[in-house]
Amino acid sequence: MFKSLGRRGAVGATMVALLTALVGCGTTGPQGGAPDDGSVHVWVLEDDKMNAAQQQAADEFNKNSSVKVVIDRFSPDSYPDKLRVAMGSPNAPDVFFNWGGGSIKSYVQAGTLVDLTPTLDAKPQLKQAFLPAVLEAGGLDGKYYGIPLRGMQPVVLFYNRDVFANAGVQPPQSWNDLLSLIDTFKSRGITPFALGGATAWTELMWVEYLVDRYGGAEVFDRIVHGDQSAWRDPSVLQAAQTVQDLVDRGAFGTNFASVDYNSHAASTLLARGNAAMHLMGSWEYANQLQDDPDFARTKLGYTTFPGIEGGKGDPANLVGNPTNYFSVSAQSKNKDTAIAFLDQMATDSYVTKLLQAGDVPTTTSAQDRLGQSDNPEFATFQYNLVQRAPEFTQSWDQALDPNIGQAVITAIQQLFNKQLTPEQFVQTVEQAR
Amino acid sequence: MTTATHRRVDRPGGVWALPALVLFGLFALLPMLLVGYLSLTAWNGLGNPSFIGMANWTRLFTDPAMLDSLRLSVLLTVLSWVIQTPISLLLGVWAAGRQRNRAVLSAIFFLPLLLSSAAIAVLWRALLDPNFGLAATLGPLVGFADGNIAGTPTGALLCVAFVASWQFIPLHTLFYQSGARQIPESLYEAALIDGASRVQQFRHITLPQLRNTIVSSSVLMVVGALTFFDTVLILTNGGPGTATYIVPFRMYTTAFRSYDYGYASAIAFALVLVATAISLLLVRVSGFARMRSTREGM
Repeated sequence: MFKSLGRRGAVGATMVALLTALVGCGTTGPQGGAPDDGSVHVWVLEDDKMNAAQQQAADEFNKNSSVKVVIDRFSPDSYPDKLRVAMGSPNAPDVFFNWGGGSIKSYVQAGTLVDLTPTLDAKPQLKQAFLPAVLEAGGLDGKYYGIPLRGMQPVVLFYNRDVFANAGVQPPQSWNDLLSLIDTFKSRGITPFALGGATAWTELMWVEYLVDRYGGAEVFDRIVHGDQSAWRDPSVLQAAQTVQDLVDRGAFGTNFASVDYNSHAASTLLARGNAAMHLMGSWEYANQLQDDPDFARTKLGYTTFPGIEGGKGDPANLVGNPTNYFSVSAQSKNKDTAIAFLDQMATDSYVTKLLQAGDVPTTTSAQDRLGQSDNPEFATFQYNLVQRAPEFTQSWDQALDPNIGQAVITAIQQLFNKQLTPEQFVQTVEQAR
Repeated sequence: MTTATHRRVDRPGGVWALPALVLFGLFALLPMLLVGYLSLTAWNGLGNPSFIGMANWTRLFTDPAMLDSLRLSVLLTVLSWVIQTPISLLLGVWAAGRQRNRAVLSAIFFLPLLLSSAAIAVLWRALLDPNFGLAATLGPLVGFADGNIAGTPTGALLCVAFVASWQFIPLHTLFYQSGARQIPESLYEAALIDGASRVQQFRHITLPQLRNTIVSSSVLMVVGALTFFDTVLILTNGGPGTATYIVPFRMYTTAFRSYDYGYASAIAFALVLVATAISLLLVRVSGFARMRSTREGM
């Protein structure tokens, strides 16, 4: 009798423990979601300097707000899928970091984002605080869904000034310059271009610029608006052929396919002089500054991607990310507070923080304040590039629907690795759904 | 009282299985059923899934990319088994002995077992860098003059198989060690009297006695390789191109990069069916199901 009671007790205890564990899950909520604690949760990517600026904005806002803003940081790698899962659940963040374009398209279609057009109409000072083209890139179909939160990120051609000086050459002004530089550096045992080919989007940058230079910005503009036949534009095939021609010429060395950009392997090649040039987003300056401040400030050169003779694209066109944006979730229980927080993105103190972190803010006020930047020369170079660019094409993987974007960057990696011929590449991306 | 206790010993009450059943039902069966349902829908993670019948399954059987993933998964499974089984078998049998330094060396061999998969993959990713990693030094010795091991389709798949083996050989060594320790000493003593060499002893005593251990270790290896994922994600990210897009990785990218949860669920469900079928088949073919003891006199 005693024995069986003991057993029953054990079973009971197990059940209680189990139930407690289950109930415990329910009340604290999953780690990934935003807990419903009455504050406004703002989801951002992990980035020490940027997080400091965002935290400062939140602190300033919280001084005069009864509903508090909390900054939640996420690792960039898993951020898009965490966001997707949270947005489909009752634990969506109130405000979240995004790339505009394709990255918010499905959220807009599902009606999960707040249309910020009325807000911007009601606050002209906020609307006029940002460059119009950048603000527009954060929206969709003529409506605004995002407020710029970072600097502009055009893709530029970085180079190692020492390596160029030793070889007695100048940065490329034309496509022929670029081709002859490949031979020059190859003969000196230096990889002409560092390329982190294990990370597919670094190769995407080359294809973006080549398609733009051959066919102009309108080719990708047609693609991004759903015209899959635009992949058949001759410029896409030309770009693909040029990619393999560059690979054959040894422009990227032979082992680029296992160079990982995320672990700074490509950046280190440039900094150490193993490579002469590196096509990368302007954030690369901040990376180099962190790894090797001396190199970044004195030896890191930068120029634009050259035009191609006979191509339709304006050599002043840019590709890259206009900036990153904050959007507001339609599910937010504190929508007014969330929207009010976005005003902080245009304040002087936030812009100053961005400048100090090496970013070039997309605010109209930035032009007069570039001198406050960590590197005024590079900041001015970027600002002028963006100001003067006739077209600024958004990174394809951010602009396209995620399923098509994923297929396209995988095909680009196969093109660089010669697992696909240029013709097969065009066929593959055209059929991407 | 006595009879009652006796009956309980013979056949414990069903309530004892309850905690396990609840956990299994909640965290294995229920999600599986939900995935089965999702595989019949189109869903991008937002709003409600819309029912589309068998469309995802038709796509699954006609998708050439899927066939390629299946080929890679099978290849990886075979590679893993071929690399892991002989090494862990020999190591395990050796570790079961009484040699000098055995304990110290065994402890070192078991180290990878203590590391998390993610840590192992990050570590090897750094080592595989063709300019600054171990690959720059060792690459030329194995036919990759520029260290570009992870950048070639064959090299990348071999890297994944190698890292997986490095990670899991200790576990299987542990199985073989305990298996070999169970073999009665008297068998070897008899063989010694008959003048059998060490190789003969291994072939005619150790191997047959380890039969059940080999089967269970193999089932774990095969099912493990079929559902292998984390190392691929971190080490090669499916690349170069789609050279290491094994089935679980394709499932992940379909769900979490393309947000096509319906099709990803169909892949997941098919994977569950295939892995279950293969492990059942292995168990049946090997006679493991009859569970007869291979130990002498038992």
